[in-house]
Amino acid sequence: MVSQIDPAAIDTIIDRYQDEEGILIQVLLDVQHEYSWLPQEALKRISDRLGIAFSEVYRVASFYKAMSLTPRGYHLIRVCLGTACHVRGAPRILDKVEQALKIKAGETTQDMKFTVERVNCLGCCALGPVMVIDGEAHGNLVPAKVEEILTEYD
Amino acid sequence: MARLQSSAELKDFREAILKKRDIERPCITVCSGTGCRAYASEMVSTAFEEEIKKQALENTVDIKTTGCHGFCEKGPLVVILPGEICYVQVKPTDVAQIISQTIMEGKIVDDLLYADPVTGEKAVHESEIPFYKHQTRLVFGNNSKIDPTNIDDYIILGGYSALSKALFQIAPKEIIEEVKNSGLRGRGGGGFPTGRKWEECRHAPGDIKYVIVNADEGDPGAYMDRSLLEGNPHSVLEGLIIGAYAIGSHVGYIYVREEYPLAVENVSIAINQAEEYGFLGKDILGSGFDFTIKVHRGAGAFVSGESSALMTALEGRVGEPRPKYIHTVISGIWDKPSTLNNVETWANVPLIINNGAEWYASIGTERSKGTKIFSLVGKVNNTGLVEVPMGTSLRDIIYNIGGGIPEGKKFKAVQTGGPSGGCIPESLIDSPVDFDELSALGSMMGSGGMIVMDEDTCMVDTARYFLDFLADESCGKCTPCREGIDQMLTILTHITEGEGQDGDIELLEEIAEVTRDASLCALGQTAANPVLSTIRYFRDEYEAHIAEKRCPARVCKALISYYIQPNRCKACLICLKNCPSGAIAGGKKQIHVIDQGKCIKCGICFDVCPKRFSAVEKISGRPVPLPPPIEARAIRERKPRRKR
Amino acid sequence: MKGITLKIDGRELKAHEGMTILEVAQEAGIKIPTLCYHKAVSPSGSCRLCTVELVGNGKSRLVTACTYPVEQGIVVKTNSAKVKKTRKMLLELLLARCPNVTIIQQLARDYGVEKPRLKKIKDEDCILCGLCTQVCQERMGVSAINFVGRGVNRTVDFPFERIWDVCVACGACTYVCPTGHIQNEARKVAQLKRQLGIQRKCRYMLMGAVSNKLCPNNYECWRCEYEQRTEYRLGEHPVLALKLAQRQGR
Repeated sequence: MVSQIDPAAIDTIIDRYQDEEGILIQVLLDVQHEYSWLPQEALKRISDRLGIAFSEVYRVASFYKAMSLTPRGYHLIRVCLGTACHVRGAPRILDKVEQALKIKAGETTQDMKFTVERVNCLGCCALGPVMVIDGEAHGNLVPAKVEEILTEYD
Repeated sequence: MARLQSSAELKDFREAILKKRDIERPCITVCSGTGCRAYASEMVSTAFEEEIKKQALENTVDIKTTGCHGFCEKGPLVVILPGEICYVQVKPTDVAQIISQTIMEGKIVDDLLYADPVTGEKAVHESEIPFYKHQTRLVFGNNSKIDPTNIDDYIILGGYSALSKALFQIAPKEIIEEVKNSGLRGRGGGGFPTGRKWEECRHAPGDIKYVIVNADEGDPGAYMDRSLLEGNPHSVLEGLIIGAYAIGSHVGYIYVREEYPLAVENVSIAINQAEEYGFLGKDILGSGFDFTIKVHRGAGAFVSGESSALMTALEGRVGEPRPKYIHTVISGIWDKPSTLNNVETWANVPLIINNGAEWYASIGTERSKGTKIFSLVGKVNNTGLVEVPMGTSLRDIIYNIGGGIPEGKKFKAVQTGGPSGGCIPESLIDSPVDFDELSALGSMMGSGGMIVMDEDTCMVDTARYFLDFLADESCGKCTPCREGIDQMLTILTHITEGEGQDGDIELLEEIAEVTRDASLCALGQTAANPVLSTIRYFRDEYEAHIAEKRCPARVCKALISYYIQPNRCKACLICLKNCPSGAIAGGKKQIHVIDQGKCIKCGICFDVCPKRFSAVEKISGRPVPLPPPIEARAIRERKPRRKR
Repeated sequence: MKGITLKIDGRELKAHEGMTILEVAQEAGIKIPTLCYHKAVSPSGSCRLCTVELVGNGKSRLVTACTYPVEQGIVVKTNSAKVKKTRKMLLELLLARCPNVTIIQQLARDYGVEKPRLKKIKDEDCILCGLCTQVCQERMGVSAINFVGRGVNRTVDFPFERIWDVCVACGACTYVCPTGHIQNEARKVAQLKRQLGIQRKCRYMLMGAVSNKLCPNNYECWRCEYEQRTEYRLGEHPVLALKLAQRQGR
């Protein structure tokens, strides 16, 4: 993961908001989307440009689930643990994913291939249990299907 | 497209589009909400487009991708207008047949129709399907007729006529009276009378005021707002503009959770189109009223959906709640008067303006007016989005619309109101959906999530699940919520792991009460509900876990054991091969036996044992029978007795 | 400003608009326990210990005195059975979190809690009151430290756990901390001591209050003439007072 952040790239993102107020979270989301995580240099640049204390920027980045202060894996697996999915056995799906990749939710595999995250509802409740990998939804899961799906991603 | 500058111009424009459209021409609508997209509905629409091109039918038949239709269990859904022929679970491979039979020859494809699971009776038209038949889809119904990225579709259905009426025929004060008289109450969970909220904001001192759409929809299992924003964003925008006009606000915000990328996209497109047409921006429809809308994304925090937290997040600060002793309608975003309402609340406003408060108040119960959209999910046959008048009974929703519990299992409870709500048992299933009735039962309406649970659901585990969610989402600012939920979760976890002690229930109740009474915001204040409501209606389950170390629903891993019944096992080797920890011993014609020491309670053997054998049993609260001795494990073929 | 009359514990008191119940009570000598309240910063209402009961119209409601703005005619009970029960449980929860913090032990004992009945006993000394972060932001204008994370895993720290230069070891955070958890002053002083030569500035030099010279007291500020004079003159923590003076242009 490259940690060399080009300040100009951050500036471009900030400039899209043209002096609007209250955009810290939106800027952080855009940077997160661009780099798949929030490196320290990016937070520093945002703090300087927006005139917000560095500790405040860090605080916001540490508060929100969608923001990651550590590099994320190439593929992002989000396992839904919302109530509807829970009632249909989602915890066993998460167990199976953790077992197959040998990591716990919130962690990234050694080879940086997968990051696993728990999500608290993706809004696809009719398909429960669901997991979304790189934006693609896999529904009606049973533990036996999990490994098969994971091999589709290289 | 020149901006529409008056009410008359809008009317003329609407008529002009209608004239251009041939409503007799068949139109294939394919549901493209997030749910159906997960079923690959995009491939279905692409297949249609290709087939239409192939058959050179571009000038004879239209294709439209719409937002969520609501019957999510049977997606991808395809409805062919104008006849309203509804096909369910359509695959790309079905497309050619649909085109050749239904479009070209006018014949129905029987296999793709909805069939009643009990009688087998097929329904041809959307309105005949029991799921839809028993609903009153005033707010949600238009979803199946609109391409959310095309504002003209909304206009043809009468869209923005309410705005036009509000701007030119009703004074702002009267608009507020109308909303007050309609009895509309917030659809996000609080149920606060909307008209009163608007009035208080209007009277608050200051020239700068804000209106906000809360599209954070954090309750797991609820996705009504997502479907409305994705499928009919203009209905929400129209309501918002009317509200802004009535209150005197010129800037609006829509706060959408980032887990809903399609909703963010569609509402942004809708805003751009509305600006183009003159429904947003300066001098709306020539009325002199200015109004702009900004879209902000959430970033994965349930607590930021709380109104004061949301406003703090809009200010670009951490989305944590603040004390609301001074109401946010007086001091909200940047201490200015701010009116926050839920997506569904705003979407109801154009209906009220168009049809009148009296009409609206005639629907529903005495203190809960209008309709409500529920997301009916969990252990129910017809999962999906359901819109019914307030006062409809839970039984009607779960059985008549929902089609009852799958696999013939027994209903146990329905959870309403998300993590802030409670579980309602079978004995109360005839209760009407009504704000105050549900609160009296120890639950709440909440945003509309309705999760059906059957005999295989453990209520103690359910309470633990909700507290785990709340512990994860608590902002951690105040003691009772941060520490109280953590301690309640610890006790509940111990109970589900067989370490419950006498006095645990009483301790849970004590902590729950203080969390409810002393927390800073509604997250902590309602955290007690899942615990208290399950103790109230299912105390016996708690007691079984604690005193007998037994889980009646056989869910809690530490309290169950898997056992293969020797008289049912046919030694088929399937469970043996699938066991991830190699805990099953056996062979062909050797009864399989589970080594309890190696068993990790994953339940795979239970799942894979063929239904006709059903040899794997879950035992709780009693010791596992000893396995038959090795010599007795051979399955002997029963030879027929020869008659002498 | 509008005059308001209200009742606290049966006593009729006069106040003016904009005051909180706690301010009115303190002026009248009525004791309400607090942990996260300090007159140097705005109230946050996070510890909930100052919870009091508002009664009226047959209804009762628990609110925090530090943030509730007084209204005409309200009737407040600072020590009713419900309030005592609530505070007792809050202290039990806090004691389970911080069993070895003196002030928590003392308050808990006052409310009849010797040992919490709760199952999860931690060993923290921070109660997450936020006073340190508030004084650093509101009074020092620097925000060197802040909250990090959320829920039970919430902590107070420097970003990325490094002591940045914006911290001038003013000691304000240590001064307001109710439990003695914050040790940033000592940490920063230790860091400053490691720096060499001209860069070795004390907090008063960093704030521009004293002209550039080396500290003669080896950073033991209690020996410092300047600090003693300032504290004596302004009557409160020298750095806070100094910051206020600077802001007011004195």
